[in-house]
Amino acid sequence: MRVLPCADSGLLVELDDLDAVRGLHAALRAAPPPGVTDLVPAARTLLLRLDPEVADSVEIERVVRGTRPVPGTEGSGELVRVPVVYDGADLAEVARLTGLTEHEVVAEHTRREWTVAFGGFAPGFGYLVGGSPRLEVPRRAESRTRVPAGAVGLAGTFSGIYPRSSPGGWQLIGRTGLEIWRPDRDPPALLRPGVRVRFQEQR
Amino acid sequence: MTAALEVLDTGPLSTVQDLGRPGYAGIGVGTSGAADRAALRLANRLAGNDEGAAAVEVTFGGFAARALRDLTVVVTGAPCPVTVGGRGAATDTVLRVPGGALLRLGAPERGLRSYVAVRGGLDVEPVLGSRATDVLSGLGPEPLRRGTVLATGPPPAHWAPVGFAPVAAPAAEELVLTVVPGPRDDWFTARALATLFGAPYTVTADCDRVGIRLDGPRLDRARDDELPSEGMVAGALQVPPGGRPTLFLADHPVTGGYPVIAVVVAADVDKAAQARPGLRLRFTARGRRGP
Repeated sequence: MRVLPCADSGLLVELDDLDAVRGLHAALRAAPPPGVTDLVPAARTLLLRLDPEVADSVEIERVVRGTRPVPGTEGSGELVRVPVVYDGADLAEVARLTGLTEHEVVAEHTRREWTVAFGGFAPGFGYLVGGSPRLEVPRRAESRTRVPAGAVGLAGTFSGIYPRSSPGGWQLIGRTGLEIWRPDRDPPALLRPGVRVRFQEQR
Repeated sequence: MTAALEVLDTGPLSTVQDLGRPGYAGIGVGTSGAADRAALRLANRLAGNDEGAAAVEVTFGGFAARALRDLTVVVTGAPCPVTVGGRGAATDTVLRVPGGALLRLGAPERGLRSYVAVRGGLDVEPVLGSRATDVLSGLGPEPLRRGTVLATGPPPAHWAPVGFAPVAAPAAEELVLTVVPGPRDDWFTARALATLFGAPYTVTADCDRVGIRLDGPRLDRARDDELPSEGMVAGALQVPPGGRPTLFLADHPVTGGYPVIAVVVAADVDKAAQARPGLRLRFTARGRRGP
């Protein structure tokens, strides 16, 4: 673990891998040290945002270093079932890239549970991991200027659902009518870090 | 909730801001809120409001509004010519604006963002606990337009103990900002840090609530691999492949994939939010704390 300063506004904790990030995030979320306003998990880091007027960053670093990560957070979060119509514009390309048939791509995507690892791209967007190693594909060479809300995509080892219409470069394999993001709902985001996702084919 | 102000002119950009919506970064929602938080807080304190009440953030003057009833108003931040009913008024002090009178802010002599607090605080529909407009994510109220009517909440029970606050004027030509190296200073050459602390950088026209693109000598990287996206803070000096840093302000993206060479201390981020195109910035180091 490396703890890197972000002046008096944050501490960036660098960890070995996503599992370590999730373990520390789960532990600190359960008992956030005083002065920590936000926890921002990412692929290899956990950012603690601090209120500079009340946070004691030396003390917070001590707490972080002494925190026992919650082991095996996988499988413990809330389960969200996501109905998907698999008619995405890049489904054929994903099949070509993975050497699978389109039918097999859908089977792989729906076979296992995914878990929200972290957010960050836009309000309500969750990077989903753990679904299927066979679905690893690069981002599209060219980004689309508009991807509709509810589009289901793949990029790298991640899957994701566009919460709102926005530009985007992920390979689109389908769409869901489920409202992923609604600011006036509590919680506003369905896909919060730790939440498990099961995609279900809807014809 | 009673109607208080009818907006007649907004200048380049006027938005409602408070102290933002912390606590939602994990689901991709930025903090947002006043770019110059100290100026918003001062305006509210002088108006007798809670520090975090919503007020108007006026970018480079040009704001005009008609009082729909007798109001108590405070203008802080970038010092600009203020008139009430056509007569000159001051900033950083408590103003009475009679019902029907026009409140007008001219272009500031220095600085970029002025704040107009109204006693009672602006009452617009909060989104995730805040009335701030986030220009990056689109959360919060729309930017103000001609014809927008703003209401206020109930007047607070108390008045501020003082009616005027002496405030240092924003920098006119050169602004010195204190930074702490890191979190990714080790991704840059030793010379890059020396350059950051030795050379002036200029605020370009590419500056908004998200961040300020700076012009100046390149900050060269010591490694070329790709940084996995990681959480960002306001004040971060993020360096894209071109080598010229961007200084993140209130509506910065929650995560970013370019390394941050240094971070401006929180108190100085408010000063940076007053930097206008052409202003020269110099960075000075505050050391890392000991091991």
